[in-house]
Amino acid sequence: MKVSSWGNIENEDHNCVFINSTRPDLSKLDRPILAYGMGRSYGDVCLNPSSTLIRTESLDRYIDFDIESGVLTCESGVLLRDIQKLMIPQGWILPVSPGSQIVTVGGAIANDVHGKNHHVHGTFCDHITNLVIVRTEGDVLSCNRTENSGLFYATIGGLGLTGVIVEATLQLKKVAGPWLETETIPYYSLDDFFQLADMSESEWEYTVSWIDCFSPEGRGVFSRSNHTSKVKNEPNQKNTLVMPFTPPMSLVNKLTLKPFNKLYFFLNSLKKGKRLMFYEDFLYPLDHIQNWNRMYGIKGFYQYQIVVPHKNRKETISKILSEITRSKQGSFLAVLKTFGNKKASGLLSFPIPGVTLALDFPNLGVTTLELFNRLDDIVGSVGGRVYAAKDCRMSKEMFRIGYPLIDEFESFRDPGISSALSRRLLGS
Amino acid sequence: MKKIVIIGATSSIAEHCARAWNRQTDVHFILVARNIKRLESIVRDLKVRNPRVKVDCCSVDFMDASAIQNLADDIAKEGIINVLLVAHGALPDQNEAVKKIWLIRESIEINAISPVLFAEAFASHMISANSGSIAIIGSVAGDLGRKSNYVYGSAKSLVEHYIQGLRHRFAGTDVDAIIIKPGPTNTPMTAHLNLEGQSLASVKSVAEIVVQGIDQKQSSIYAPRKWAFIMFIIRYLPNWLFNKLDI
Repeated sequence: MKVSSWGNIENEDHNCVFINSTRPDLSKLDRPILAYGMGRSYGDVCLNPSSTLIRTESLDRYIDFDIESGVLTCESGVLLRDIQKLMIPQGWILPVSPGSQIVTVGGAIANDVHGKNHHVHGTFCDHITNLVIVRTEGDVLSCNRTENSGLFYATIGGLGLTGVIVEATLQLKKVAGPWLETETIPYYSLDDFFQLADMSESEWEYTVSWIDCFSPEGRGVFSRSNHTSKVKNEPNQKNTLVMPFTPPMSLVNKLTLKPFNKLYFFLNSLKKGKRLMFYEDFLYPLDHIQNWNRMYGIKGFYQYQIVVPHKNRKETISKILSEITRSKQGSFLAVLKTFGNKKASGLLSFPIPGVTLALDFPNLGVTTLELFNRLDDIVGSVGGRVYAAKDCRMSKEMFRIGYPLIDEFESFRDPGISSALSRRLLGS
Repeated sequence: MKKIVIIGATSSIAEHCARAWNRQTDVHFILVARNIKRLESIVRDLKVRNPRVKVDCCSVDFMDASAIQNLADDIAKEGIINVLLVAHGALPDQNEAVKKIWLIRESIEINAISPVLFAEAFASHMISANSGSIAIIGSVAGDLGRKSNYVYGSAKSLVEHYIQGLRHRFAGTDVDAIIIKPGPTNTPMTAHLNLEGQSLASVKSVAEIVVQGIDQKQSSIYAPRKWAFIMFIIRYLPNWLFNKLDI
């Protein structure tokens, strides 16, 4: 079966095996194997061309929930969206969720994802209290911060390489309701952005900003929000828009990009001010457009996400943005956010204290890849790193520069598991 | 409390139907499977989704007519049954089955004889209570025989004609007989098939249509609904044209 990831860069044959039990027999499968959830990773972390993909979409059962303590145990194929829908009416919410909720719990763990509230609640795995992992040699291992802790810290953010995650226990967070008090503030320079971000961190749980990657001064729209017990009349069932087919060429291109960014800035500037928003509209806006990834055409797209330390952050981000502007590549999906100072605990977790920038780029072949190499040089030189969960092109050297604990991680790998990413970056 | 008996409760469509009913109201499920251990994870899941749900489990030999009758009698003794959903089945590989004809017998036994035995075992209880619905999961494959899957299709066709007879018998009572005809659906049963290029319906969407159809007491439920239209056309194609199609 042909399988591609969200970026649609590669579309290769895989032998897909659907598992329906949390104690799957992995011994008879063609190796190497790799677990695959919703395929929402942008790059090749979820691909294993010409070999076996363990599809976990049927591992979607809840196992236990304690409404008093908010501790939830579930199978790894459960979607974050389903947890939110079931739990928010009961007064509990996922403390951390990424920009799409149509991802599995297993995928969120393997990539130790973060969200708009990193400065308050850290990463997804900071709230995982136990994992059950099936290794290819047959062992079923429970691990947490005290039992099999080495395996635990390797597995959170471990890119799916330490075993197949089958069960997870999460500590949910109390929440007043599904509504958020939000504020939208246009900004006109990077200085303004950093000032807004720094000021907002103590008072606002969620902060994020859209940035116009074609404005040399770094203008954008800053959004921040907090949960509230206020209630607006029930949300209208929003119709999901559908991108019905993949056009032969990217709809995001040199002609459309600048006007679209201008329009986007203009329209969002009109929304300036405070208002109540439903959690899905604020936290997962792109989930309202089904298959939005198709707009980049048949050649697909890359998402480039990096984090750089706070030191000289304005100069570094400015340098990166001018490099992008000069290349005339990019897209209107560009996100700038500051991370909090909480250290992520996975050996390969992405966040470090600093500022993260994420941008989509239509795949223009070599010119796009060359741009990324130039950006990598800037990021590497200041002690930053590229997010492996979204990558399908960085060099081994760049990976080593960014993730100094690779050697420690390697000792916890499952020898029967490998991915296109691990073969590219770890050699096996 | 609505009482729903599900036979073959570990099947993917059955599990998702249970989730859909579980969302609606307070339900008492009686889940029946060949292997009771495989029901454990389903029961836990239903209880997290709705802490007020009541679930009982039992196992039975799906080919043993008297054991099936005893089970039905025991369940009926406990009170009125609102819905009986018979959901089990197995999709044989057509090419294998024509080479090894014992696979044809297995397919007809599990896809036709066994569901009919279950339905019949409950039918008289439902007539005595003068309430309830009996729904069996058939298939669009039962609408007409095609070279690619007539072994499976013919068994499902038997079920459909059986339901038709049952419906005739139920006329004048408040009992309903319902045939459910899913199109190709993304379930573990279809996972081994090379269905690349075919768009499989999600099991969740199929289950939503099935539950809604049963609640509305529709006599025949296509899921997704487009299959009613597609099968209508195919059924009325002239033979000379139908026989040329590679379906």
